[in-house]
Amino acid sequence: MTRYLLKRILMLIPLMFGITLITFSVIHLAPGEPVEMQMAMNPKVGKEARERLTKFYGLDKPLHEQYFSWVGKLARLDLGRSFSSDGRPVADKIKERLPVTISLNVIALILEFGLAIPIGILAATRRDTWLDKGITVFVFVGFAVPTFWLALLLMYFFGVKLGWLPISGLHTLGSDSWGTLHYLWDMAKHLIMPVMVASFGSLAGLSRYMRSAMLNVISQDYITTARAKGLPERVVIYKHALRNALLPLITLLGFSIPGLIGGSVIFETIYAIPGMGQLFYQGVMSRDYPVVMGILVIGAFLTLLGNMIADICYAFADPRIRHGEV
Amino acid sequence: MNFKHSYFYSIFWPRLKRNNLALAGGAVVLALFAVSLFAPLISPYDPNGINAWKVLSPPSWQHWFGTDELGRDVLSRIMFGARISLKVGFVAVGIAVSIGTVVGLLSGYYRGLVDATLMRFVDIMLCFPAFFLILAVITFLEPSIWYIMMVIGLTGWMGVARLVRAETLSIRGMDYILAARCIGCSNTRIIFRHILPNAISPVLVAATLGVAGAILTESALSFLGIGVQPPTPSWGNILTSGKDYIEFAWWLSLFPGLSILVTVLAYNLLGEGIRDALDPRVKR
Repeated sequence: MTRYLLKRILMLIPLMFGITLITFSVIHLAPGEPVEMQMAMNPKVGKEARERLTKFYGLDKPLHEQYFSWVGKLARLDLGRSFSSDGRPVADKIKERLPVTISLNVIALILEFGLAIPIGILAATRRDTWLDKGITVFVFVGFAVPTFWLALLLMYFFGVKLGWLPISGLHTLGSDSWGTLHYLWDMAKHLIMPVMVASFGSLAGLSRYMRSAMLNVISQDYITTARAKGLPERVVIYKHALRNALLPLITLLGFSIPGLIGGSVIFETIYAIPGMGQLFYQGVMSRDYPVVMGILVIGAFLTLLGNMIADICYAFADPRIRHGEV
Repeated sequence: MNFKHSYFYSIFWPRLKRNNLALAGGAVVLALFAVSLFAPLISPYDPNGINAWKVLSPPSWQHWFGTDELGRDVLSRIMFGARISLKVGFVAVGIAVSIGTVVGLLSGYYRGLVDATLMRFVDIMLCFPAFFLILAVITFLEPSIWYIMMVIGLTGWMGVARLVRAETLSIRGMDYILAARCIGCSNTRIIFRHILPNAISPVLVAATLGVAGAILTESALSFLGIGVQPPTPSWGNILTSGKDYIEFAWWLSLFPGLSILVTVLAYNLLGEGIRDALDPRVKR
């Protein structure tokens, strides 16, 4: 087990290295100079200032030197300064926004798994009934709904038409002075739609996956044995089958992280939520190159970390790996 | 070779034919092809024809899907938008499938260091939230549909690579590969003549589902204003104005969204149908 953990953690090093290399080349091999882009926003800057900026960002040095100095700074969590007018360190900007995106996504994940697991079990245990077919239809439609469209429809329906839910931001203006309960309730109302949109995206896929995992387990011999010795169906499903069907979901949890982070661009932009996705979108639109690079790297590192944690959890959950048989 | 005895005619097609949902999906896909091909002939109005007297008019007999903020006919714009979706879907997936297949074949056939290197590269690429990567690259390029297709393709090949690698690993141990090597076939010939045709069927499924994914990505990009630029109509950028006028013009949001939904649904149903028809374990 310890060896497995060590191996898994050592594997992170080349992958992290690769992530920085790809981020760096994506940005630097793309046509167009970053300083030019900053200049384009402000035509008044002269040639001299341009050279000074080029020097300031180290863009006059050869590419490999730029790369190593960037990675060196990255290791000290220094992501450079934003090109935007406030010129604040990118690390600070990300630090402010990361908690918003992460907590939103964690709530969405809990909701997703909380719904997908029972839906999957239901579909598998009542295979080929109208219920299973209904769930299948829901899953296919769910796969096909563009999340940003869903966000728009919800906004129209609950926000504009019914007026039940606020359509943008995290708080109502001036809510700081309200009591704690009132403040939290206000925030919860702001979160309902974004969380619905965030979790809907993967709900369909996840419940489909749960269904097939469950079907897979149910067809195995030990389930037949459990039934043959007269155990009630409830015990067979929830005690014998479910635990094994849940195993692959752990890996899926790790895989769903990049999708969630990437998807946050869409709903954070639509609902004006000050998270990583919105920051990234703003960075992209204003060609704020240190912000784009910083978020790209942090997003990929988070995914990597999530995958590793999922793998380790899997190892703990699966006795075959726990006892070092595989 | 007699077509009547081919795998396609005697096994694949009868199996697919029994799957009503897949057939419905296929029919929608064909209809979309027709619409995009004949859009200039069948669209009731010029998709860019501005009509100041008919700004934001609701659906009626003249304008089935209503008009937008410049009085342009939404139905005509959606018909022309279908062309973009189709083009993006096929070109992006073509790129993704070509890269993925080559990487998968090399990785699975040569194993060892080649495999380790390529698969670590796949792992690394999979760490990036795809949408972030696409946005980051597109920012630094001129907004053009060709770049969008390329970038979607270049960030979407990893799944195919893993699929083809797994197929190749199992095929390379077969007797007919050994036989081919015995009679002196080169590696290139073995890979492309003997392994590729046998590893390609799961790719067909992935490609069909990939078209759906690429269409969704393009519409999201266009919606955010980074994809297809107006006045060229795309389903995503019609929805952008749908968002701006959501309080007064529901039709501007409803119809382009439904078009995306129906199209993606059709490709997914067709893809799943092909998967079941190819899978000898599924009996129906």
